[in-house]
Amino acid sequence: MNKIAADAYANNQATPPGDFEIKDYLRLDLMPHFMCPGCGHGIALRALIWAIHELGIDKDNLAIVSGIGCSGRVGAYIDANTFHFTHGRPLAMATGLKLARPELEVIVISGDGDCLAIGGNHLIHACRRNLDITCLMLNNEVYGMTGGQVSPTTSETMLTTTTTTGNMEPAFDACKLAEAAGAGLVGREVTLQVPTLKNLIKEGIAHDGFSFLEIISDCTEVYGRKNDLGESAEMILKQKSDLRPETFYDTVDQPFRPNKLETGVLVCNDRPEYGAAYRTHTRKGNAQGGEK
Amino acid sequence: MPDTALTNEPNSIVCDGNEAAAWAVSLAKPDMVAVYPITPQSSLVEYVSQFIADGKIDADLMDVEGEHSVMSVLHGACLAGARTYTATCGPGLYYMFEPYVRTPGMRLPIVMSVVTRDGLTPQSVWGGQQDAMMLRETGWIQIYCESVQEVLDSLIMAFRIAEHRDVMLPVNICHDGNYLSYGVTKVILPEQEMVDDFLGEKDTNWHVALDPDRPMSVDPLTGGEGPGGPSTFVRYRKSHCAGMQNALRVITETHDEWERMFGRSYAPLVEEYRLDDADYAIITIGSMSGAGKDAVDVAREQGEKVGLIRIKTFRPFPMAALTSALAKVKAIGVVDRSVSFAWNCGPVYQEIQAVLYQLEERLPAISFIGGLAGADITGEHFARVIESTGKQLAGEMTEGPVWLNENE
Ligand SMILES: Cc1ncc(C[n+]2csc(CCOP(=O)(O)OP(=O)(O)O)c2C)c(N)n1
Ligand code: SF4
Ligand SMILES: [Mg+2]
Repeated sequence: MNKIAADAYANNQATPPGDFEIKDYLRLDLMPHFMCPGCGHGIALRALIWAIHELGIDKDNLAIVSGIGCSGRVGAYIDANTFHFTHGRPLAMATGLKLARPELEVIVISGDGDCLAIGGNHLIHACRRNLDITCLMLNNEVYGMTGGQVSPTTSETMLTTTTTTGNMEPAFDACKLAEAAGAGLVGREVTLQVPTLKNLIKEGIAHDGFSFLEIISDCTEVYGRKNDLGESAEMILKQKSDLRPETFYDTVDQPFRPNKLETGVLVCNDRPEYGAAYRTHTRKGNAQGGEK
Repeated sequence: MPDTALTNEPNSIVCDGNEAAAWAVSLAKPDMVAVYPITPQSSLVEYVSQFIADGKIDADLMDVEGEHSVMSVLHGACLAGARTYTATCGPGLYYMFEPYVRTPGMRLPIVMSVVTRDGLTPQSVWGGQQDAMMLRETGWIQIYCESVQEVLDSLIMAFRIAEHRDVMLPVNICHDGNYLSYGVTKVILPEQEMVDDFLGEKDTNWHVALDPDRPMSVDPLTGGEGPGGPSTFVRYRKSHCAGMQNALRVITETHDEWERMFGRSYAPLVEEYRLDDADYAIITIGSMSGAGKDAVDVAREQGEKVGLIRIKTFRPFPMAALTSALAKVKAIGVVDRSVSFAWNCGPVYQEIQAVLYQLEERLPAISFIGGLAGADITGEHFARVIESTGKQLAGEMTEGPVWLNENE
């Protein structure tokens, strides 16, 4: 890591309390992990585990459902109830799980391809229902796992293995989509700021309703290299241009993401949580002898 | 000439099966390709994307949001008169299923590679033919390749077979994930003008079209009572079956024509290897056949009178060709790279039972299952297959299925 990147990293690094030991939450028998050096997904994993720790969630009461992708594989490293589901369907699976076992803390880990391409339909319906699930969408703008093909969040003009002359399709703004579809809480954060990211995840989990969190996570290997975005430290600094140290401006290329990414909690409403509403509704139906 | 051509042989390149497939697509000149990546198909669609970007293929490429959309996009394009292509496998294929099964009923001559991958669950991204075997009753034509060159040649032939007026059916060219997708060999590229001549004018929607000049209601509701009733439905099914039977002839003619024009010959339906004087035979399908033939050669050197029967065309089922091949031997062993759960054997073995019924004498047979989820079927495995198959002649029977990689 160069000095500027190291400083920026240090500035954003709050020391976790002494009792937080990430290894307590990992399946160490699965190490070494599969992730490429510098992959943002590992940072997101740390932030998630830190949030779980601070919220004091019992591992036995925690269910992690993940999709297929590098993002999806992250879930399996957590020493809790984990299920690596089919590509695009973790939200559908989590819906069934949460309705059957409302007392479980259900967290979905998905990717931009998993959540917005092949599984986009499930996302809008999960937002619409507002069941109490927290969905982390690790957005690296690419299908990392299959080798770097274009995804619905690939920025325009970027190179991927299936857009070798530059992407010409407009990208999704996943947060706007989730907001429009009715999600109870919508937030976005970058992996540059781990404590802030951890705090956002805590808010998402604590919110009683569907929380959609877009986490800007860099794919260093098949996206960064293809587009000459520099080492992981440089990529991470490009996540939020207004956070970049002044001195860094002339050494980095144009940021590939919109200059001012809105981050933090973008939407938080008090729409009724689906699970509770559903149980009240069916009880009423039963009491009236209504059809089931 | 390709940039990657060998200097001493300008018509040859060294490439893997996925790149060979992309070259075939380039030579067949489709108008529309739609893709969604999946292991071990991904590099195939990346090659196709690169060829389109380089201007080698003059086609529209759609990077759509999943395999269900892939096949739906191709339906629209094909009904509008386009020549179309895609590739998938495993979970991608399962997700594509709804539009996939409608394709042959509409008689859309779509060509699709299945880069075979084992089924779920347990999860695996490795090769195996469970995905392709699941397609047996979908009404697509299904052809399995043994070598990288055969992938290239068969894929070009597939467009001619699919668009033949006596057939008009979609075709799957299956090439084994890992072994053929990533196996690298020298490949001869046919000349573009000759391929143009071989394939002729594209002709995909003369019978069913989304065309303002020929307004029609495509695929309306049928069945039950009423004007669109049972007879319409039965007519669809009967003509589909007839198209499949015609395909046996058309596939054979197409391979003959390929040999005449390009000098490479393949058994179109069923290949017989050292069978004429054989006492017994093993039956294979796909890329394992190469190792099978080597093992037959070794056994022959040791005096075993064994041959090999390779199934190339599995759909339509080559009943006559298989009957005449099996009539030459007295015992068989069938090697599958997938499982028929219902019959507790391999699917090819299960279907061979119907061929045995055609023969005058009942042949003893064993089902072997190997190569699941990327496992290798080696010469040693085939030696075991040959040994157990041969012992049946002396009355020593083996109860199948024999799981070849069980203890590895
Ligand atoms: C139905 C289906 N189609 C395709 C695939 C292949 N596949 C696996 S992961 C993936 C893309 C993952 O991209 P994303 O969700 O963005 O996750 P990342 O790897 O970038 O974290 C694809 C296309 C699959 N597993 N299943
Ligand atoms: S391919 Fe990209 S997303 Fe996947 S582990 Fe490597 S850096 Fe991360
Ligand atoms: Mg991604």
